Amino acid sequence: MDVYSFLIQLLNSVQYGLLLFLVASGLTLIFGIMGIINLAHGSFYMIGAYMAFSLASLTGSLFVAIVLGTALSVVLGVALEWALFSHLYKRDHLDQVLLTYGLILVFEELRSIIVGDDVHGVNVPDILNWSLPLTDTLSYPVYRLFMSAVCVVLAGLLYVLIRRTRLGMMIRAGASNREMVQSLGLNINLIYRLVFALGVALAAFAGMIAAPVSSVYPGMGTQVLIICFVVVVIGGIGSIWGALVAALLIGLADTFVKVLIPEAAGVTVYVLMAAILLWRPEGLFRRV
Amino acid sequence: MIESQYCSNTSGARRRVCAVAAAALFATAGMMLPATSTLAQQPTKVKIGLMLPYSGTYAALGNAITNGFKLAVAESGGKLGGREIEYFTVDDESDPAKAPENANKLIKRDKVDVLIGTVHSGVALAMAKVARDNNTLLIIPNAGADEITGPLCAANIFRTSFSNWQPGYAMGKVAAEQKKKTAVTFTWKYAAGDESVGGFKEGFEQGGGKVIKELALPFPQVEFQSYLTEIASLKPDVVYVFFAGGGAVKFVKDYAAAGLKNSIPLVGAGFLTDGTLEAQGDSAQGLLTTLHYADGLSNPKDKGFRAAYSKAYKAEPDVYAVQGYDAAQLLNTGLAAVKGDVGKRGELVAAMEAAKIDSPRGPFTLSKAHNPVQDIYLRKVEGKENKVVSVAIKGLTDPARGCKL
Amino acid sequence: MSRKRILFAVALALLASFPFTGATFYTELVTNVMILAIFAMSLDLLVGYTGLVSFGHAAFFGIGAYTLGLVAPKDAAVNLWLTLPAAMLAAGLAALVVGVFVVRTKGIYFIMVTLAFAQMFYFVFHDTKFGGGSDGISMNFKPVASIGGFTPFDLASATHSYYFVFAAMLLVFVFLRVLLRSTFGRALQGIHSNEHRMRSLGFPVYLYKLASFTLAGALAGLAGYLSAMQFGFVNPEIISWHQSGNVLLMLILGGLGRLYGGVVGAFAFVALQELYQSVTTHWQLLLGATIILLVIFLPGGLASVGGRFKRTLVGGADDE
Repeated sequence: MDVYSFLIQLLNSVQYGLLLFLVASGLTLIFGIMGIINLAHGSFYMIGAYMAFSLASLTGSLFVAIVLGTALSVVLGVALEWALFSHLYKRDHLDQVLLTYGLILVFEELRSIIVGDDVHGVNVPDILNWSLPLTDTLSYPVYRLFMSAVCVVLAGLLYVLIRRTRLGMMIRAGASNREMVQSLGLNINLIYRLVFALGVALAAFAGMIAAPVSSVYPGMGTQVLIICFVVVVIGGIGSIWGALVAALLIGLADTFVKVLIPEAAGVTVYVLMAAILLWRPEGLFRRV
Repeated sequence: MIESQYCSNTSGARRRVCAVAAAALFATAGMMLPATSTLAQQPTKVKIGLMLPYSGTYAALGNAITNGFKLAVAESGGKLGGREIEYFTVDDESDPAKAPENANKLIKRDKVDVLIGTVHSGVALAMAKVARDNNTLLIIPNAGADEITGPLCAANIFRTSFSNWQPGYAMGKVAAEQKKKTAVTFTWKYAAGDESVGGFKEGFEQGGGKVIKELALPFPQVEFQSYLTEIASLKPDVVYVFFAGGGAVKFVKDYAAAGLKNSIPLVGAGFLTDGTLEAQGDSAQGLLTTLHYADGLSNPKDKGFRAAYSKAYKAEPDVYAVQGYDAAQLLNTGLAAVKGDVGKRGELVAAMEAAKIDSPRGPFTLSKAHNPVQDIYLRKVEGKENKVVSVAIKGLTDPARGCKL
Repeated sequence: MSRKRILFAVALALLASFPFTGATFYTELVTNVMILAIFAMSLDLLVGYTGLVSFGHAAFFGIGAYTLGLVAPKDAAVNLWLTLPAAMLAAGLAALVVGVFVVRTKGIYFIMVTLAFAQMFYFVFHDTKFGGGSDGISMNFKPVASIGGFTPFDLASATHSYYFVFAAMLLVFVFLRVLLRSTFGRALQGIHSNEHRMRSLGFPVYLYKLASFTLAGALAGLAGYLSAMQFGFVNPEIISWHQSGNVLLMLILGGLGRLYGGVVGAFAFVALQELYQSVTTHWQLLLGATIILLVIFLPGGLASVGGRFKRTLVGGADDE
């Protein structure tokens, strides 16, 4: 592998890792702050992608679709939390696992009924639809660079939100001690609803911006879900910073092992997870 | 009734009793339901079991195959071999774990005379095993696993589609004829991919080429970036891939976005561009693929077939519809020879083995291992069609290694 | 209570006499359900009694099944009495190794990590040639049950298989019953109820949990072996997380922490599936909705299990 290929593979790792982070951040937020394990998180990613497809065909613009889709996913998040997830706070993990597992089935079938089972492509918006020539044979799609930039900006915004705003402070407090926050007069239910909606919106948004690059197909939710779980386990539940580090680590491991040791590609992430668990059973970083 | 006062009591004992009662009720209801049957039981109808994907990623293929099959039956006066048909349908969901159960439902519960299916190779392998164990006649209208007409071949198993090896081998030969010296292959790490790439490698290296690297990623992942980077650094004369469905859409688009479309020629088995052109758009234009079917074939049977299919189903047919259509034609030929008597298995099989099928793809016969001996076309993507360019190989027979027929 | 005993006896009699109805297809169907019942009971040990929610139990089921698939040669039958213990040993060993990593974690972590490890096994079998890849392995002969020339039954017969699996299911049930009433079993339930208390009482909690995990894995391997024997076919999809989810669902349907809940749940699950499948191709929608409604409206959820245990400790009515 020459220097150029190595650098480009590094770029590939970072780009993949950043997208993973975007999806995983929603998952870790919901885990860490609300204590709920949500298997349906991958389905939100899929819903985002399908929304991008439908709305982009309808409005003719991916950007408009993303704005609309994000708004819709916030509404979806609020509705789901109110109808289903609010029942889960006092319930134990098994109930959460089962309910969200049932939710996956429901979402998949609804998708099948409403949109069908075909694979769809979403077009990259014209202004971003070009490639940067890097070597004499290889160019790098600018849209991917755009995606990475968006992920970085969002990561920064999340950090600011959680660490530097009053809302973030309330959220962190609610994660430590729900009853105390309630007795202090804050509306913990509203906070939880917001956090959940944020988590859903993050996953859906990731699905939307990734749609042109990943194409839109039925199995996409489940695929991303398991990897996200590994990201959260490695990074530490509830830690956004941990999710970022873990996602980048996985991006690196996955990308390089794939081309260097193809046979081990599938298990790399899990071996990595096992190794880190041996060293730190609670993941790399602690809460938020 | 279950949600009565009695059962919503939280006491453990009552809840258990109700659970058991509910389960028993469901069990009785569920188990006594037979598969959907379109007509009442009559001893004179041939029972045909359709085990295909009607949900999930391959649902469109399952439907196309069914449509093609039923079109052929309709053209034959609604009968095969002079007898009427009774269909039993099971959705295999492309799930190999449920395949033995599903096949057993049709064979042991519904007692079908002929089993038709399926798309996914893993499911087909399970079906083939069950068919062999029960000596049921099986016709496969898609799954290309080489083994089925290889080491696992049997007198009662037929295929009207292709073996994974066939299109790959043909493209290998074409690439060598185009004076390409080095190639890199890329596919998913599963039987269909391995066998297709294996076919390409054989054809290519027989023609003087060399495969310098074989890349593969786990099925059904679609993160291709790092592999594309690797291909770019290797700089081969040609890249051969096997992908289908969503993976095919993404790969072709990614390949173009990485600028490779203009620097390194891409070729593949026909599934790369079948059913995917709408989504692939510009990135697929000009791509060369090989398959046993194409758009723009000049034979009159194809023209007639396309017209009849679009009239009956308001959609254009594809290679899957053709395969289903031919499965019915093959069965018809066999049944006609035994005057509809499925009991005369020996003569039925012999008639099917000797059949010359007038197919929309062009006429074909069956090899000793019961796989089609057929022309493989070289096609080029033009607009939304895979237009036939030439015949890559005439009358290609799969080597059927390991078959003892 | 006697009502329950009568129900038990009736169910047992029904199951015992079922093959005499004649239909081979249904005999085989019920055999498969009983295999799932064993699988569910093995998970109940872990989830219902020890309180460890594993979402990767299908991995050990798969290892038991693949053991048979891997040792069975193409042209001859293997011995049941050699391969069955081997499968359980392999599954138990795998559970032990995974357990060492996994039992250190708690709560949500435990669930996710078991899921992730199961996925790892899935990929090992799915992506490598070792287990035949995504196409799996098919076996041409059923295992032979002979001991030194004497063959008590023939597994190729649907009826004999049925009774063999029936006997296995009863054995597992009785074994677990006895185990759970022993000190070990009571310790497990104590850990479920209050881990800190058990630790302060001097119990090596980690080792007990590990033992439970390993045992559950071995029993799941038994179920997997029987399944491979029945179908003559193994495939990575039996390790998919859908299978892990389904067996958890069986427990919820039948009732956690009540051993026969695994049996009831297996029947209920298969019956539900058959019922929904006959209604629509989008049957998973109905299944998913059922699961959601069950979780939300199941009165008391898992609280009743804790309540029952408390009553047992403090005194009062028997497990009821």
